[in-house]
Order: sequence, then C-alpha cells, then structure tokens
Amino acid sequence: MSVSEVFASARAESRAALIGYLPAGFPTVPGSKDYLRSMVESGCDLVEVGLPFSDPVMDGPTIQAAAEQALSAGFRVRDLFDVVSSVADTGGRAVVMTYWNPVLRYGVDAFARDLAAAGGLGIITPDLVPDEADDWMAASEAHGLDRIFLVAPSSTEERIDMTARASSGFLYATAVMGVTGARDVVSSAAPELVARVREHTSIPVGVGLGVRSGAQAAEIAGFADGVIVGSAFVSAVAEGDGAVRALAADLAKGVRSAAATV
Amino acid sequence: MGQFTPTPHDPDARGHFGPWGGRFVPEALIAAVDELAAEYDKARLDPEFVNEFKRLLKDFAGRPSLLTEAPKFAEHVGTRVFLKREDLNHTGSHKINNVLGQALLTKRMGKKRVIAETGAGQHGVATATACALLGLDCVVYMGEVDTERQALNVARMRLLGAEVIPVKSGSRTLKDAINEALRDWVTNVDETHYLLGTAAGPHPFPLLVRDFHRVIGIEAREQILEKAGRLPDAVVACVGGGSNAIGIFHGFIDDTDVRLVGVEPGGSGLDSGSHGATLTAGTPGSLHGAMSYVMQDEDGQITEAHSISAGLDYPGVGPEHSHLKDIGRAEYFPVTDDEAMQAFALLSRTEGIIPAIESSHALAGALKLGPELGPDGLLIVNLSGRGDKDMDTAVKYFGLADGGQA
Repeated sequence: MSVSEVFASARAESRAALIGYLPAGFPTVPGSKDYLRSMVESGCDLVEVGLPFSDPVMDGPTIQAAAEQALSAGFRVRDLFDVVSSVADTGGRAVVMTYWNPVLRYGVDAFARDLAAAGGLGIITPDLVPDEADDWMAASEAHGLDRIFLVAPSSTEERIDMTARASSGFLYATAVMGVTGARDVVSSAAPELVARVREHTSIPVGVGLGVRSGAQAAEIAGFADGVIVGSAFVSAVAEGDGAVRALAADLAKGVRSAAATV
Repeated sequence: MGQFTPTPHDPDARGHFGPWGGRFVPEALIAAVDELAAEYDKARLDPEFVNEFKRLLKDFAGRPSLLTEAPKFAEHVGTRVFLKREDLNHTGSHKINNVLGQALLTKRMGKKRVIAETGAGQHGVATATACALLGLDCVVYMGEVDTERQALNVARMRLLGAEVIPVKSGSRTLKDAINEALRDWVTNVDETHYLLGTAAGPHPFPLLVRDFHRVIGIEAREQILEKAGRLPDAVVACVGGGSNAIGIFHGFIDDTDVRLVGVEPGGSGLDSGSHGATLTAGTPGSLHGAMSYVMQDEDGQITEAHSISAGLDYPGVGPEHSHLKDIGRAEYFPVTDDEAMQAFALLSRTEGIIPAIESSHALAGALKLGPELGPDGLLIVNLSGRGDKDMDTAVKYFGLADGGQA
C-alpha cells in the first residue's frame, strides 16, 4: 500500500489518518521495532521512522534526548533500514523522517535504493526544501519513493504552491512556528495554514508539531487529512509498551471522532 | 571599489558558491532568510545605510584599524610581516564590523529582538554591544563548556544588558549554541533577527557577513601599498567559521599574485582526531543551513571539533572557503594548539601585543610560511582579536601563576 492509498482508505472511512513518529534505535534497535509494531497494531495508519542525528535543529528537548540516547547506544544508519524492514514485514507502512546530512553522506541515490528495498515508502525532509532537492527528486523517481516536504505558517502562497507540486504522498504542515514537542493546545495557525494549502493542491495534508492527545487529534482531524504525533510517543516509551499502545489507541479514536465535523 | 559593491565573487541568487552554500533550513525559516536577503540587497545600494554603517565603524568601532609592522616577530618568521590590527577595534576583535552591519539591518526590518550564538564570547560581546548601542533586546546562546572557559565574557555580555543562555545539549560548545539559536529563531522569527557571527549558515549570511568584513581587506590593501609600496606575497588569517579570513581575503581576491592562506585549528594534531581542521580533513556535507566541508563520521553524524581556542572550535566552515579551496584561489593548512600557543607567547614578547589564541593560529601559520617567502617576502597577518579574554587559558598552559614563563 502506498502513502496515498493510506490517506485514501482513511478518507473512505471519513476520518483522518494517524501518523506516529519514533526514532529508530530508541530506546534500542530491537526496542524501536517492538514499539513501532505496537503503534501500528494500536491504530497508526503510517509510522515515521526517525533517523537519529547529532544536530537536530527542528527538534525540541524530548526528541533531542531520544536521538542522543540512540546514538550513544551505537545506532548506525544501516540499522534504520533494518527497523523500516521490520515495520513493513509486520504489515505496517513506514516513511523515514531525516535531516538531510546523513542522506547526503550515504549517497542520495543509494539511500533511496536501500530504503525502497527495505519496504519504506518515502522520506520526510525537515531541513531540505524543494529548492535544494534536485538529487532527491531524481532518486525518489528512480526508486518509487514519496517526497514529503514541509510547509509552515510563514510560507508564502508561492512557496506553498511550489512545495505542493514537488511533494507526493502527503504534505506536512507544521502547526506552529517552532520545534517538535507536545503542547497543550492546538495552534490557531494550523487550520488557517491547511486552508491556504487547500487552495493550491488536492494532495493530502498532515498536521504535526505539538499534538499529544485524542482530543487534539480530533480537533485536527476536523480540518486535516492526517494527524502527526511524535514527542508524545517518545515520552510514552519511558512508561512502557502499555502506555505506547494506550496513546495510539486514544489518538486513533480521536482521528475517528471528528468525522461529523469534516 | 566600495565595500558593498557587487562583484563576480558574489554567490548566485540562491546563495551558491559553485556547489557550496545554498539553504538547507526548515521551510519555516525560508521567509525570514528571504526577507533578510531582500533587505540586504536594498541596503547595500542605499547610501543612507552605507553611510550610517561607515559612521559607526569610524566613530564607534574606531576604524580604520592600524596596519603595524612587526619587525622583531618577523626575525622569527624570516620575512617581512605586517599585522592588520583588528584587535584594536572596540570590543577587541573584527566581530564588531559584522554586528554593527546586521544590527542596522535588524532596525531596517523593524525587528526588536536579536539572538546570537557565541563560542569564545567575542561575537557575543560584540552583539551585546551593538544591541546596547542601538536599543535592541539581546539573547546570546553559549555552550556551557564555553561559558566556563570564557566566564569574563559572560560577565561582559550581562553587563551590556544581554541575556546569556548556557546551552547544555550535545557537545555544549559552539555548534550546539548555533542549534539552540536556530531553534529560538524558528519559534520567534517574526520579531527576531538571528545575528549569525560567522560567514556560514544559509544564504544570505555568508554573503552579508563577508561584505561587512570586506572593510578589513580594503583597508589592508591601501595601507600595505602606502607602507610597503607593493602588494604582499601572502595574506594569512585563521579560519574557524572563517569570517575574518573571508573579510581580509576579499581585499586581495583579484590580485592573483597574492596568496590567500587560511590557518585551521589543528588541535592536538590531525592524527589525534582531536582538531577542528574542517577544510583540511573534512568532507562535503550540510550543517547549519549550508553545504560546505564539515567534520563528520561515515554516517553523516557531525563530530566534535577540538581546539584550545573556543572561537575556532567548530566542525563546519563558511561555504565560500570551500569554494576558494576547490578552485585553488586560497590554501588552507592546520597548526596545532602548541604551535598556536608558542606564537601567542612569541608575539607578546617580541612586539608587546597579546593576540587572541584564534589569531595566534594565523601567526603560527606565518611562522611556517616565512621560510618559503624568504627575506624579500612580504606578508600580512590578520590579527583578528586581542588576547585579554584568553589569559585564563594562557595561565594554565604556561603555568604563569606558579612563576612560569611563556
């Protein structure tokens, strides 16, 4: 199943898709496989497998700490493909979220080739804008991967349009100006941004940054096609598998309870 | 040629110097760097802006800085040596040139808050100074390790009204301070300007930081022609991020007979793995918003730089230096901590000038280059800053508190 099919099947059920993030190798490589499976089994339609990076400028303290923990435990880029492959083998759908330098270092085409071979569906690129993505455009075409670029409340109409044209699978809308991390309230900028995006494209729009509860998921599901949750899953890992499953279930219920308002 | 005159050495419209530079930043920051680039494009051609900048350099920073011949130091170098005295600028280093320029741009953009990163504290102090002068709020991110190495500069910044935030993530040095400043910027970008301290980062920073420092090279070229009657054989500068080097290099970049020499922090030696010689030993990558040489492992994780000089302790370098290296217009080599400290002591003793440890790397580079140039040679060393801030390091290194002698 491709990323667009994930969104299409959620849409067929009149609901938003739930997208859960966890860094590969956190808390350990086998541990991340187990938790990602729990997330899939408990309601994540798609998982974002993070590639731990030494300098995560888009991440708040929770994900920074998780990346540091994975790296100090000896995480290697080749482990990422192993984790992705484990998600795909157990029936889940995975995209990778990564800062661009590890991909550059691995080789953009080689990275795309190995990710596709592992069963990954695409890459979310928080610090790569389409302006600098010529190599990635070519590699993603060659290996059949989706390109998930980001738009932000500060994006101009022109850039939203350009970014949507460069994207496939879905478009990642950052709900707030800021870094990753759970927040108490859904930003008022999010619905406005999604509305602006809709004027340029029919590609599905996922909203992330700051979502942690079923109630917030329901609110976002009222105006977006996908709800993206990261730091809250990372925090739940500290409380164990039960907490990860409970969070996924709560969020899965949330993305279904906004159906009436869509 | 004026300091802001566009030249064939400018990057393309998206900030590329050959394959280097560009913008590897979150989309959320693109609007801000676009705004900055547009504002700079207008400002550099606006006589009012240019004159106000020049006035501040003269009346506040104390420019032009002197070009001082160093004959006794030169005896050890084996060739004639002049020092470009950026150490005599207000706040004690070249950093003031860039901060005054960017602080004026901040005001033009109607922003009220400035954030900055600092390593040794020179850029932080300069930024805090410019903000005090121009009435801007100032927050400085500084790696926790550096706040300890440079406690006096932390006190200076606080005295000037800046808030100093010790950064406890990662290696707790300059690169982590930049990470934290970028996180702040993406969160508060509407009212905040990120006053980046070196000629790195996403476009337009490498261009505008360079241009604000071009004054160093323009002055040095005029001064050496007046004092020595000819152009130098080489211009030598230290390179961490590379702002003082790019500033002085540009005064001579079209004088193709003048060698442009960048001296990198070799730490405990390249073989030790404990150094910051990005151009000598790094590989292509993207860090802090631009493609350039970076220090990284085989997985693309950025590795920690090591240098006795906090200001050079950075695993990246400005993209234009990567370009100048590739096209062969500039050459780069490292000197070790020990070589830099010997040069630090030598200049102090022979000329009565205590240089910054950063600048001591350039002096050590001159000592290596001298024999090649011979007694008829002529070189300029960019003395990018003064060494007062480094006395703690010197006391420990030379054991000065125990009656030791450098």
